[in-house]
Amino acid sequence: MSKNEMAFRLAVLASLLVGMVLRIIPLHRELFVYNPDWVLLFLIYWALAIPERVGLGYAWCMGLLVDALTGRTLGQHALAYSVIVFISVKLHSRLRSYPLYQQGILIFMLLLVNQLLVFLTQNGKSAGTIGMVYWLPSLVGALVWPVVFLTLRRVRRCFPIA
Amino acid sequence: MKPLFIKSPSAGFGLLVCVLASLALLACEQFSLLKPFREILATAIYPVQQLVNSPTQAANKFAEVFSSHANLLAVNEELRKEQMLLKAKLLKFAALEHENVRLRGLLDTSFKLGEQVMIAELLAVNVVPYEHIVVVNKGSRFGVYPGQPAMDANGVVGQVLRVTPYSAEVILITDPNHAIPVQVNRNGLRTIAQGTGQIDSLSLPYLSSNADIQVGDLLVTSGMGGVFPQGYPVAKVIAITSQFAKFGAAPVAKLDRNRELLLVWNRPDPIPRVPKPSSCPDNTVHVEK
Repeated sequence: MSKNEMAFRLAVLASLLVGMVLRIIPLHRELFVYNPDWVLLFLIYWALAIPERVGLGYAWCMGLLVDALTGRTLGQHALAYSVIVFISVKLHSRLRSYPLYQQGILIFMLLLVNQLLVFLTQNGKSAGTIGMVYWLPSLVGALVWPVVFLTLRRVRRCFPIA
Repeated sequence: MKPLFIKSPSAGFGLLVCVLASLALLACEQFSLLKPFREILATAIYPVQQLVNSPTQAANKFAEVFSSHANLLAVNEELRKEQMLLKAKLLKFAALEHENVRLRGLLDTSFKLGEQVMIAELLAVNVVPYEHIVVVNKGSRFGVYPGQPAMDANGVVGQVLRVTPYSAEVILITDPNHAIPVQVNRNGLRTIAQGTGQIDSLSLPYLSSNADIQVGDLLVTSGMGGVFPQGYPVAKVIAITSQFAKFGAAPVAKLDRNRELLLVWNRPDPIPRVPKPSSCPDNTVHVEK
């Protein structure tokens, strides 16, 4: 593995770490309801940009870490992330050619599927207290997608290898 | 040259493996077989939690350093007054406690007494919306165990849900998945207070319509269920004008403003019974150790 490659991998891992930090950032309770799943957004970007490097392995491991981070049953996010990243890798060449807003729509779908999978694998009684607001983080995630995309693309272009 | 298509006869297989592994984990967790594994993960994410917590911590430190002399003096004065009041209350408490043990001995009932507490600081991290779970900075290294009650200076906050070596997740009494056995302090009426998902209210769903309960009644832990020690204040009854529930309750603990919690250890063995007066011919009562 060349030095560049190494640095690049570190950058990917660092971005995922930033995603984890954003995931549990101490916002006010009212605002936190809208906090999108940053880790998944970043994973999707890397799966689209460098599908030959970031794939299911990353998704599953990050899923486990997020499960531990958010106090879920182990495997909930691992399952959801694997499915979403699998779809992203499958569609990467098509998705990359879309304009940003169109990507946003698809990202919205992917995030919704992710939330649905996490919701379905949950066994709490809290389902009764969940309203439409529960699904809003997906919408927020789609809205911030252009920012994520442009920022991470800039990061990626700092490294000559990819 | 980057490949245009990922050559992946194995991608579908990879997904299958991932999905199956996740499902296996989910199944194992149902029987809580994964404790060591979760501990490893928790240790891995501990730095992330600390990282997120650090700005808040730094801000608090900063505020401490730069708070004015006059301000500190005022706070100090206030605390001194409060301490004196509390000490005066405690003077009677010891006597009352002793009397209580003696009376219970006469009634032939045992009595749990004496709890140890430890202060744990909250980490400034959010876990998930819709669930009221907070993370504190003391874990199994400090003897914290799942199901351990957590208090603040005003009342019951919740119980420990999950323990990792260096941190613990505490579920608040207002979490929709949490219920706590309580009794009305005024008349001993027992019921269960459930969380509602709102930080300032509990619901009392199992009250009959003619139950003797009034707005303003204090609900204390009843000690049923064995998780919470008896007699700690939980909530005050408030009126609710909803069709189904006439009464709700507002937690007395400052659930969303705490920076510290008290973790409580119940002494597992009750205080031994006082021997009956008949066995003490000289009519003095000894409390056996």
